[in-house]
Amino acid sequence: MRRVLFLTPLILFLGLAVYLGFGLTRDARIVPSALIDQPVPEFALPPLLESGKGLATADLKGRVALVNVFASWCVPCRAEHPIWIQFAKDQKAPLYGINWKDKRETATRWLKELGNPYTGIGFDGDNRAGIEWGVYGAPETYIVDREGRIRYKHIGPIFAETMSGTIIPLIRELEGEK
Amino acid sequence: MITELGHFALILALCVAVTQAVLPMAGAARRHGGWMAAGNSAAVLQFLLIAVAFGALMHAYLTSDFTVKNVALNSHSLKPVIYKISGVWGNHEGSMLLWVLILALFGAMVALFGGNLPPTLRARVISVQAMIGVGFLLFILFTSNPFERLFPAPANGNDLNPLLQDPGLALHPPILYAGYVGFSIAFSFAIAALIEGRIDAAWAHWVRPWTLLAWSFLTAGIALGSWWAYYELGWGGFWYWDPVENASFMPWLVGTALLHSAIVVEKRDALKSWTILLAILTFSLSLIGTFLVRSGVLTSVHAFATDPERGVFILLLLVIAVGGALALYAWRAPRLEPGGLFSPVSREGALMLNNLLLTTAAATVFIGTLYPLLLEAMGGGKVSVGPPFFNATFVPLMAPLVAALGVGPMLAWKRADLAGALARLKVAAIAALALTAIIGYWQWGRPVLGTLAIGFAIWLGGAVITELVARTGIGRMPLRDSLARMRGLPRAAWGMSLAHFGLALAIAGSAGTAAWQEEKILVMAPNQTVSLAGFEVAFDGVEDKRGPNYVAQRGLFTVRRGGEKIDRMVAERRRYVVGGQETTEAAIRSTAAGDLYAVIGASDNKGGHTVRLYFKPLVLWIWLGATVMVLGGLLSLSDRRLRVGAPKRRSAKGVPAAAE
Repeated sequence: MRRVLFLTPLILFLGLAVYLGFGLTRDARIVPSALIDQPVPEFALPPLLESGKGLATADLKGRVALVNVFASWCVPCRAEHPIWIQFAKDQKAPLYGINWKDKRETATRWLKELGNPYTGIGFDGDNRAGIEWGVYGAPETYIVDREGRIRYKHIGPIFAETMSGTIIPLIRELEGEK
Repeated sequence: MITELGHFALILALCVAVTQAVLPMAGAARRHGGWMAAGNSAAVLQFLLIAVAFGALMHAYLTSDFTVKNVALNSHSLKPVIYKISGVWGNHEGSMLLWVLILALFGAMVALFGGNLPPTLRARVISVQAMIGVGFLLFILFTSNPFERLFPAPANGNDLNPLLQDPGLALHPPILYAGYVGFSIAFSFAIAALIEGRIDAAWAHWVRPWTLLAWSFLTAGIALGSWWAYYELGWGGFWYWDPVENASFMPWLVGTALLHSAIVVEKRDALKSWTILLAILTFSLSLIGTFLVRSGVLTSVHAFATDPERGVFILLLLVIAVGGALALYAWRAPRLEPGGLFSPVSREGALMLNNLLLTTAAATVFIGTLYPLLLEAMGGGKVSVGPPFFNATFVPLMAPLVAALGVGPMLAWKRADLAGALARLKVAAIAALALTAIIGYWQWGRPVLGTLAIGFAIWLGGAVITELVARTGIGRMPLRDSLARMRGLPRAAWGMSLAHFGLALAIAGSAGTAAWQEEKILVMAPNQTVSLAGFEVAFDGVEDKRGPNYVAQRGLFTVRRGGEKIDRMVAERRRYVVGGQETTEAAIRSTAAGDLYAVIGASDNKGGHTVRLYFKPLVLWIWLGATVMVLGGLLSLSDRRLRVGAPKRRSAKGVPAAAE
């Protein structure tokens, strides 16, 4: 009996180790949004570019679409940008942008320099739409289904493996839904 | 070149650590004096080699050598020198290097200052210390090499996260690690004792100063971190129950329990296997904390970049170190002779209650930290339990602890007179009740919990003073005799009183802030005035400022009281040029009664700015209390009973003289 008592800490610890091992298999960076499976919040943003389109709730209905939150001051956004240029070239799905906490001039210059992959860009300089969407920081990417519901949220830059491993398959799957 | 030397020194340190792990352990088993002594030299050499490696990395930072990947990712040529230095440990690889540096430092200290330890015990302690070192050196060299080169080298670096560019945080990691890692010595002593198969008063006598040293550093490190969060994060909170904070708080709780139970082993030869378990658990919690922070299992504001490969490695280390230690414990601890008996009402009993409450509190924090992960394992989705959970579980455990803490030091060893002790505390109890009633009346309608917590703090402070008065005989004898008695009191006694009094201050501070804070969040136009907590705060507008690696907007405030100007305050909003991150530098006007705290936010483009104003009563007392606790720890440490002439082991048969 006494022996069992002295064994307890070891047994508890081994249980913990298994549990922590399980934790390792999870990617903690995928923070689920409270908005997952919820309709896109009501919002309407003016276009960033004079010649371009803006972004509002109605634009995100009817087709599976991506919404990317970016800013010219954000270095990771610059890092992921080539992925979006390629994505737009392949025409997998419409890509919309929310230009977040930014200045018009610098954002316009930034896009001129790096290229503009977006179908429409809403200008959200004062984070009004950002609050509705629950944006943590730039960059963030959302996938919206045909019904206009947010189905996926990715925080941080998207690189080739996330694109081919998660984003593209999910777009296909959502397009396959009735 | 210097970078490669650093890398090479680290590899050599690993080789030395392997020797240090094997030779003295074998030497102790075969009673071979030369082998045991070799461990001492190895411990010093290992420390020097890691110091060379650490120096090499620091050199790369100081010279902004961006061919070193770690420097390129975490530094920038424009960064002030102090943050180039602190940048060394502001990232995963560098902080691991600091970790092993401190680990090796403690090993070297046992080698250098452990002359009064029995040679076999010292050899085994040094060997266990080296085993931990081997694990972490392998981890650094294989998964987190800070000396990796980058080709082609970038023109400039990515800069250190601006939140970390702060004097408080430059010091926080080294001090915190000294505490965290310092408990490795208690762990090594526990393992060595289990291998030797004996624990006695002498063992506890050697372990206590090391534990006390680690505890003092950990207390200071946690306090510094909380102070940093208070002034830098811009919300004025001092504790967030964030997983990383909890990771340092759990070893503190169990380490505090260890500190107290070691006294029982030393004085009364009881609670032996329990104390060994606490020593193992304290350092295990440090290791688990390291795992949680670095593996990416939990997300947190200060988690390091995550990498599953590293996580697997640390988990493996954890299983070997903690699992091994607990297996050894399960095997050897039942054979330890049980010690002296005592009645539940006694000093031992009080310390045992302290231990139970502290470890239960640590368990609650542990569950609260890991519960989100557990829920996810059950398929419940991701949640954060947050402060409500901890306030509902942790705080109720602290109340009996503090209540008992007032009485404990008044109780005698073995069998005590509870009624007598309580009678002597009558004045403190009445004072606490009366003051609580007055505060309750004055703060009517405010959270009653805050008033109660302050009442507990007054009780504890009063009990500490009562105990000192009783000991020094103030009022019962001529003042000169009392002064002589005061001088005669051992420093350890003063240390205990100080530490307990510091806790009372810290409780009062956190309760006052939590319960009575006043805040206003509004858009202020220039020259607008708001009143808060008896102050009139006028917003004088903003001005631009350029720092070395940031640009800032400074919000200027004038503080008046009763129409009279008493102070000016400047709050800053910085944007760091390289990374584009924004930080807030709050304006804080500290007084003993409370802090006035102002943060400037975004402009409304019409000349106004969002402004957050807080009044935080007693908040300074938290860190004042922590400082007093640390001073108490250090004062205790300077007690000559802990420094010189550890009692001789009762039986020295079979132990040859040290061959040094």
